[in-house]
Amino acid sequence: MSEIAQKVKSIIIDKLGVEESEVTTEASFTNDLGADSLDTVELIMEFEKEFNISIPDDQAENIATVGQAISYLEENVK
Amino acid sequence: MELKRVVVTGIGAVTPLGNNKTDYWNALAKGVSGAAPITRFDTEKFRTKFACEVKDFNVLDFIDRKEARKMDLNSHYGMVASDEAITDAGLDLDKVNKDRIGVIWGSGIGGFTTFQEEVVGFANGDGTPRFNPFFVPKMILDITPGLISIKYGFRGPNFATVSACASSNNALSDAFNYIRLGKANAIITGGSEASVIESGIGGFNALKALSERNDDPTTASRPYDKDRDGFVLGEGSGALVLEELEHAKARGAKIYAEVLGAGMSADAYHITAPHPEGEGIVIVLNEAISDAQLKVEDIDYINTHGTSTPLGDSGEVKAIQKVLGEHAYNINISSTKSMTGHLLGAAGAIESIATLMTIDQGIIPPTINHFTDDPEIDPKLNLTFNEAQKRDVNVAISNTFGFGGHNTSIVFGKYNG
Repeated sequence: MSEIAQKVKSIIIDKLGVEESEVTTEASFTNDLGADSLDTVELIMEFEKEFNISIPDDQAENIATVGQAISYLEENVK
Repeated sequence: MELKRVVVTGIGAVTPLGNNKTDYWNALAKGVSGAAPITRFDTEKFRTKFACEVKDFNVLDFIDRKEARKMDLNSHYGMVASDEAITDAGLDLDKVNKDRIGVIWGSGIGGFTTFQEEVVGFANGDGTPRFNPFFVPKMILDITPGLISIKYGFRGPNFATVSACASSNNALSDAFNYIRLGKANAIITGGSEASVIESGIGGFNALKALSERNDDPTTASRPYDKDRDGFVLGEGSGALVLEELEHAKARGAKIYAEVLGAGMSADAYHITAPHPEGEGIVIVLNEAISDAQLKVEDIDYINTHGTSTPLGDSGEVKAIQKVLGEHAYNINISSTKSMTGHLLGAAGAIESIATLMTIDQGIIPPTINHFTDDPEIDPKLNLTFNEAQKRDVNVAISNTFGFGGHNTSIVFGKYNG
């Protein structure tokens, strides 16, 4: 697992209060990990803070699963 | 329209003296001080270095981490105290009509910690507004009654009251009024406060409102003592279940006391200073006693606002004497803030609990830390100094007043069927 993937997973575990085993690549924040709309906004903000980037709203809308978050960040974090 | 009768059927408390109603009451009756050096932040540069903090409180013993981190400490206290009160009332959540149960809650400030952290975070950043999406819902003080309603599904009247240090007595008054008007069968009421942080201590220090007796915190809150030098900041929550009498009887609930009346008034005088002759307090006491349809001779005990500030304490005592006349010498008076410190918006709730427990227990909690008589205060009054006194109490009043000049009094009576 990449360093980015590890960090993403630990943010999700921390913010959503879920078990590591639940944070699979396919897991959806809202359908599988119990996040509501505010939790999702907070996750995106935490990714921005941790990786020091800005994720535009139209792209944030496409980050709905653990895998999508990891791929987006792996592509965009310098 | 005939007004319904309202009784207290549940109590919960998270206080500097104990984190449940039993520990709280036992400490009050023993005359224990909740003051100690502040543990929550470095006080080196602060004029006041002590407070009445809640001790040994771990919210994760009560609420899971995922939920807890979306709440300010103010709501943590409120959730724990209201849980205790609802359990104590023995409300069967499968049987009661939850659409007829409300939550009316007071707080003076709300999510002060959240506000401070988020604003400091922004100020230390590069100007990019990275506010947490939970910032606003954690901070706003009406979120606590909202959270309680969500947890239990109570869909009756739901809002918060704000009148600084009178906030939770205003919540109780509103709960009492809505139930007696038939708008709800039961209301979870009370208040919470969590202001022992840099901005809380610093802000009240700037007002010259806090005691600065850093060499002896446990004797710093000394209402009615000649050498009182300000209040001691407290924190925590008190919760009460107020219930329509027939509803309570129908389910065989334990009845602690009856709520007989409530009064409200304003000083219309100054933003923070109390009226030196307590004119607004005269009005509120008269209003409350008349609302309860009692005579002044019926009163046995007054739990005063008595914050340990030089002006406030003497004005309140003068007002009591004006309203009660000679009968003022027959009653017990005490300020439990001598032990708990001043819980601001939660003061009315924890003091209303102390007040009605005198009826239930026959014990008047003391005004501790009395060393020197104040020549401004009539020595013939029984201010219940230093030790609890036994007394059969039929009628007791809780006073609280707030910055802005808000005054509230609530009258509790023994439930006699």
